[in-house]
Amino acid sequence: MQKPVIVFVVIVLSLMSPTARVQAHAFLVRAEPRVGSKVNKPPTELCVWFSETVQPGASSIKVFDASGKQVDKKDTHSDRTNRAVLCVSLIPAHTPGTYNVIWRVTSLDTHVTNGRFTFQTLQRTADPR
Amino acid sequence: MKFSRSAGVLLLLLVSFALPRPAVGHGFAGARFFPATLSTDDPFVNDELSLPTVSTIQTAEGRETTIAVEIAKRITPNFGIELTEEFIHLNPKHEQETSGFGNFELSAKYQFFTSVEQEAILSLGAEVEIGGTGQQRVDADSFSTWTPAFFFGKGFGDLPDTLSLLRPVALTGVLGVSIPSSVSTRSDDEIERHPDVLQYGFALEYSLIYLQEQVKDVGLRAPLDRLIPLVEFSFETPLNRGQSGETTGTINPGIIWSSKYVQVGVEAMIPINKHTGESVGVIGQVHFYLDDLFPRSLGRPLFGYR
Repeated sequence: MQKPVIVFVVIVLSLMSPTARVQAHAFLVRAEPRVGSKVNKPPTELCVWFSETVQPGASSIKVFDASGKQVDKKDTHSDRTNRAVLCVSLIPAHTPGTYNVIWRVTSLDTHVTNGRFTFQTLQRTADPR
Repeated sequence: MKFSRSAGVLLLLLVSFALPRPAVGHGFAGARFFPATLSTDDPFVNDELSLPTVSTIQTAEGRETTIAVEIAKRITPNFGIELTEEFIHLNPKHEQETSGFGNFELSAKYQFFTSVEQEAILSLGAEVEIGGTGQQRVDADSFSTWTPAFFFGKGFGDLPDTLSLLRPVALTGVLGVSIPSSVSTRSDDEIERHPDVLQYGFALEYSLIYLQEQVKDVGLRAPLDRLIPLVEFSFETPLNRGQSGETTGTINPGIIWSSKYVQVGVEAMIPINKHTGESVGVIGQVHFYLDDLFPRSLGRPLFGYR
């Protein structure tokens, strides 16, 4: 019975060894504003932290208001210090309400993952004068 | 022109199998990630390795413990095969304990429908347990058994906002019929009849991964944010040859933890009646995602990958 156990341990260790580790599916770790959260002021930027480095050119984050109007500036970009973070600038919003975030990312090994979440703003932004 | 029609259908199938698709793997349908379940077959095709799946349960005849290895390989993005072998240890109540290998199992599955919006997957498959490849001392059949089956998976991410906390729920299941190639066998002047058996089961899951990513960040951090509590229901009912209606099965509450490259699951096995077992058993599994471990070699489809 010892031999099969040794073979099993060797296989498991080789599968979990650092040399076997490459990139994997990119899952959302957290977002700012947080997933499903209520924020007082409409944010000027939305950022998403992923579990893997993602390809910014093959990835996107889109933000829509409750009426379906796109309110991001279509400038999805990765953070300079952390390639697992994608951000998008938001058009200053004046309307409190629910915002829909739709993301689609490609990790370095070309695995594609996507998802959606919402956040709410409670207050109007002050009128820029 | 029968030939040209058949050739057309064949060509269409080949094209649908071989069309280049982006790398997905795992059990994804849109934003939904379906984990590999322990007791019921998954609805998706993938490149994954279960090493091992260990289960033990006390039945009316005695304790049965199995250690199984299963490897799944995608031939095309939507068509895959699986190989399974099982080591069985039997400890009968009134006989000497024994162990050995069960019959070798080979199966194929075609995932013919995937809906991103509805988080749904449908598949058709067939499995053959190859008779005579296992050892008789652990009751491996001398004949083969074929099991065509239908598989489904559905995530409930499309529920309305008022039910948003139910969006992490998903249901997967399988329905098949096992058809033995021999209706009866004779041993020691005793004739044993082998019925067709309806195999059915489903898994009800609540994904904390989905809750955190898609619905509401409730503040879970590793490793809790990668948990999927679930209950599996696995049943079989003989359909004929004097044994119809004697359903056996287990209800398996448990939990799966899914990381980047591996998932670990453990479930209790609660027998639904005395035919199935006399006490609660347990099943555990270590499951590797080969598509993430080896995305440029073993973990990608042989054909139709881009």
